[in-house]
Amino acid sequence: MAYGDKVIDHYRNPRNVGSLDKNDPNVGTGIVGAPECGDVMKLQIQVDENENIVEAKFKTFGCGSAIASSSLATEWIKGRKLDEALEIKNTDIVKELALPPVKIHCSVLAEDAIRAAVNDLKKKLGKQESATETAEVK
Amino acid sequence: MNRRIYLDNNATTPVDPLVLQAMLPYFCEKFGNAASRNHAFGWEAEEAVRRARVQVAEVIGAKITRDEKRKLQAKEIIFTSGATEGNNIAIKGVAEFYADRGKHVITQATEHKAVIDPCNWLAQHGFRVTFLPVDRHGRIDPSQLKDALTDETILVSIMHGNNEIGTLQPIAEIGKLCKEREVIFHTDCCQTFGKVPIDVQEMGIDLLTCSGHKIHGPKGVGALYVRRKHPRVRCGTIMHGGGHERGMRSGTLNVPGIVGLGKAAELCQQHMNSEPAHLAALRDRLQKGICAQLDNVYVNGHPTERTPSNLNMSFAYVEGEAMMMGFPEIAVSSGSACTSASLEPSYVLKALGVGDELAHSSIRFSVGRFNTEEEIGYTIERVVATVKKLRAMSPLYEMAQEGVDLSKVEWPAG
Repeated sequence: MAYGDKVIDHYRNPRNVGSLDKNDPNVGTGIVGAPECGDVMKLQIQVDENENIVEAKFKTFGCGSAIASSSLATEWIKGRKLDEALEIKNTDIVKELALPPVKIHCSVLAEDAIRAAVNDLKKKLGKQESATETAEVK
Repeated sequence: MNRRIYLDNNATTPVDPLVLQAMLPYFCEKFGNAASRNHAFGWEAEEAVRRARVQVAEVIGAKITRDEKRKLQAKEIIFTSGATEGNNIAIKGVAEFYADRGKHVITQATEHKAVIDPCNWLAQHGFRVTFLPVDRHGRIDPSQLKDALTDETILVSIMHGNNEIGTLQPIAEIGKLCKEREVIFHTDCCQTFGKVPIDVQEMGIDLLTCSGHKIHGPKGVGALYVRRKHPRVRCGTIMHGGGHERGMRSGTLNVPGIVGLGKAAELCQQHMNSEPAHLAALRDRLQKGICAQLDNVYVNGHPTERTPSNLNMSFAYVEGEAMMMGFPEIAVSSGSACTSASLEPSYVLKALGVGDELAHSSIRFSVGRFNTEEEIGYTIERVVATVKKLRAMSPLYEMAQEGVDLSKVEWPAG
């Protein structure tokens, strides 16, 4: 399977690799996936006082498509308000990266990662949770 | 950078130029059908096939006799379209023929699919199949085989060297156990033919499969050794139509392919005293070079009882397909789910108890005749650089660095 150009671009030049301080009250952290599945994404967002996402970072254990999906996710959510980030659908990622059917689950995980990070932040900011959980580190 | 380095020789190998040279006359000049008994075109094709049988036989210690025409004959070698077909004949053909004696077959968990699938087929057609487990290096325990043998057992099929991890099975011991119980012993030698010494007499082997394209020969051809004495092994066939190859494999012989396979076997035999050691030296250098510069890497397979060309390693915290994208100019393969058509991680690594995460992090390097020291040095650099870059991007590596015990993390369901 030959990779799409955009996937290769994100792999070679990933956007926003890194970590934010998870203890910072303005940082939300989402960790989704599982090592046994071959895919784990950590996505973090930092907001300003108006809930604009001013910074986003990611780290991913997974294939090139998983890395590209999460890299793209951080690119897209920067500059959005918290709730706007939830509007990103995995199908948008599939389209942008031209992911083949066998890699669609990578885009789903990226969407889940965004959701998990947003929910984590909302919880910290004292707001309501929704369904997506984040990994618990004991 | 347009260079290409091929380190996936377990998957297939480049044809040796000498093999191609040997094959070429048999396409346009000596193109006769080896079964044409009545003219020179047929005779010269038949002669070429006869020679190839001897060339294959010499590598495995099969019986070579002189017949009435004072020519060397290796009647125990039949030619097939490849090892998959050879394994199917050996397993399904023997099971069919000896079904009256018993319906129990023994094999093991890390066999190639070309053995596992025919065994599963037998299991669905009235046979009982035992899949022996393997230890963490991929070896069976001969005492478990001994316990599994019954009066109903008619066939044991255990590969000599594993294609993913290179682990060698104790073939001579297995052969001895089978002889004691008069059970037919088949071994798939695709990965060991020409790399590890094989002697069908000493090892008590009754059926042996090998493949052309694994030994710098052409694809689409293989050989199956079928013992004729002590005991005489009989085999049903899966290909009917003309009775070629002693009734075991009908169909016009692929003469150019067979000539290629024979030449490839002859080259293996000629290089037998030097090539395995050379392959091992390249492989060992690759292994040492990587291990010297990276932590948390593990070799999968037996540390010493392993084919000389094989190196299967898991690189913790990074995924196999992502690694391969990091050095696209180097051809290797991975046990990661992402690289398999079924999205399942390697069942071989699973059988070792490696764990899915390390299976997803595995890469198989397999050296061959045409790899060079320089290629190995370059590969070490690129692999190390790629793993370092991916670890910097890996949440698992980050967690491990922070002292998190990854085995205690609760990952969200799904």
